[in-house]
Amino acid sequence: MSTTEIDRQWTTRLRKRVAGKLPPEKLLPDTQPTYVSSWIYVFGVTTMAALIVVIATGCVLAIRGPQWWHTSSVGLFVNSTHLWSVEIFFFAMVVHLWGKYFMAAWRGGRAMTWMTGVVTFLTSIAAAFTGYASQSNFDSQWITTQAKDGINATGAGAYFNVLNLGQMLMWHIVLLPLVAVLLTMIHVLLVRVKGVVPPFEVGAEVRR
Amino acid sequence: MALFNLSAALLPLNTLGRYLHWHFIELSVANFIVIVLMIVTFVAALLLPFPGRRGRKESP
Amino acid sequence: MTKKAFRPDVDAPTWRGGHSPYDIIKEGSIALLVVAVLTVVFSVVFGSPDEHAITIKTWSNAAPVDFATTALNELNGTSTTAQYGAPYNKASTGQQLGPLTLAKWVGVRIGVNTVNDFVIDPLKSQPSQPILMADLAQWKSATGSTRSGWVTNYTTAAAQMKFVNNQIVVNTTNAGPVPVMIEDLTQMARSGALDQALITQAGFYTTNYTLPLLFLSDGTYLANLAEHQHLAGYQYGMMNETGNYPGQAWLWLYSFWYQIPPFNTSPNADVLVWGLMMLASLGLLLAPFIPGIRSIPRKSRVYRLVWREYYRDQKKT
Repeated sequence: MSTTEIDRQWTTRLRKRVAGKLPPEKLLPDTQPTYVSSWIYVFGVTTMAALIVVIATGCVLAIRGPQWWHTSSVGLFVNSTHLWSVEIFFFAMVVHLWGKYFMAAWRGGRAMTWMTGVVTFLTSIAAAFTGYASQSNFDSQWITTQAKDGINATGAGAYFNVLNLGQMLMWHIVLLPLVAVLLTMIHVLLVRVKGVVPPFEVGAEVRR
Repeated sequence: MALFNLSAALLPLNTLGRYLHWHFIELSVANFIVIVLMIVTFVAALLLPFPGRRGRKESP
Repeated sequence: MTKKAFRPDVDAPTWRGGHSPYDIIKEGSIALLVVAVLTVVFSVVFGSPDEHAITIKTWSNAAPVDFATTALNELNGTSTTAQYGAPYNKASTGQQLGPLTLAKWVGVRIGVNTVNDFVIDPLKSQPSQPILMADLAQWKSATGSTRSGWVTNYTTAAAQMKFVNNQIVVNTTNAGPVPVMIEDLTQMARSGALDQALITQAGFYTTNYTLPLLFLSDGTYLANLAEHQHLAGYQYGMMNETGNYPGQAWLWLYSFWYQIPPFNTSPNADVLVWGLMMLASLGLLLAPFIPGIRSIPRKSRVYRLVWREYYRDQKKT
């Protein structure tokens, strides 16, 4: 095969494109701009860390099935870890959102980073809802019989039946985590490609 | 396995919830604490000095 | 070629300043450790809630008159489910968002006939009981208007319904088989057989609890328990969790609209609030493109706290 022929291969073109946009030193940098010097910057990574713990504790719950935590003391403890990691996840994500808003982190061609973040936030709410619907206890009975009215009113309830435990559980453990993880990966890779947004110029607040 | 006899939480929150009322706003004490903590955390993150100022000014 | 004007809320200056060492893997590892430790600590200290599910058996034993009244409402077509509309039936147009009747347009996809699904079919599944079988045969062979007459007569008398000596007592005449049907359905519920009958209509294995949950929510027992736990709509229930556990504070805005006019009295509250929240979500998503919204960060000057070292250095130079 000639060099030109190799260069024209899909594999070669994809590899060069990816490596061009995200070389190893950008994917895993060992320096950062000196303006990245505030505790507000830790909440993005904290949100990701919490997502990892949410998924890990969810996997442990999956080992013994959706009824385990009702009848086992160990299961109840694992359920607690799943609940509290979700609380930490949302806590960190909201503080991260506030920080990024007040930094106007969409500037300089970073609008997609902002938008993938918002969609991830909305996906997380849906994931949390299907989680509540999957509890198979009084809470899920009440939440689903109430939520059905809002979702039915949009027409979506005809296909997304919140009273169907099996459907809610599968959305919760398969579909929504896949989407959330994929979106998180895109969001983080965009930060690596574009870099952390620089500060406003001095005196920016007086400009029209 | 004594390690896993953790089902008996130290401070279980299973008693009936306590609620704050203000005009048409009704908020559980638990949620109020979470919201206050979020605001305090945000403000603290902005105000607290960040360590590691030394060893800066490497090449751009 | 004229240079495009720099827009401070859209564009970012190119960084020509210094860089400092940064250990991204170490940062991620520390974050993971901190979150894992906090998770375990909170779990050990606070645990998590697990209020047991209620069954139709629980309900009908705790509140037999409420159960029997609900069963009657399923039969006379006045229950919430019977009058719901899409996706369960065509009894009503459903909620409207201006001229849009979204649920109706999508149609009936989860068909529920409250007379057959909640009363007749479960009773038919019972082992042979001569009186009940005879009454069901009488119901089957009657015309629509005859059935309607029986149900109306029973409904009128049911305002004085009592539960005496483990039996539903309603003083009525000319109600045909309805008194036996309601009484037998109540006993079926109290035994636990109705819970089972409502979920095995589709076969042995099921994970779909649509029928028993709709039946439960048509009564007042479930709602009373929820109100006791501050989970009702007017109590901002969407934000709350059972007991003293934190709930879903992030649903504050969604829950808020239901408390104020016109939403708190509108029959279209759900679709109106959904529409509003979709708009708000769109606003959040498109914040980078909305003049005014995207200027607040710059004009509020909160950023000066984030980058205060940078601005201090700029001042020195």
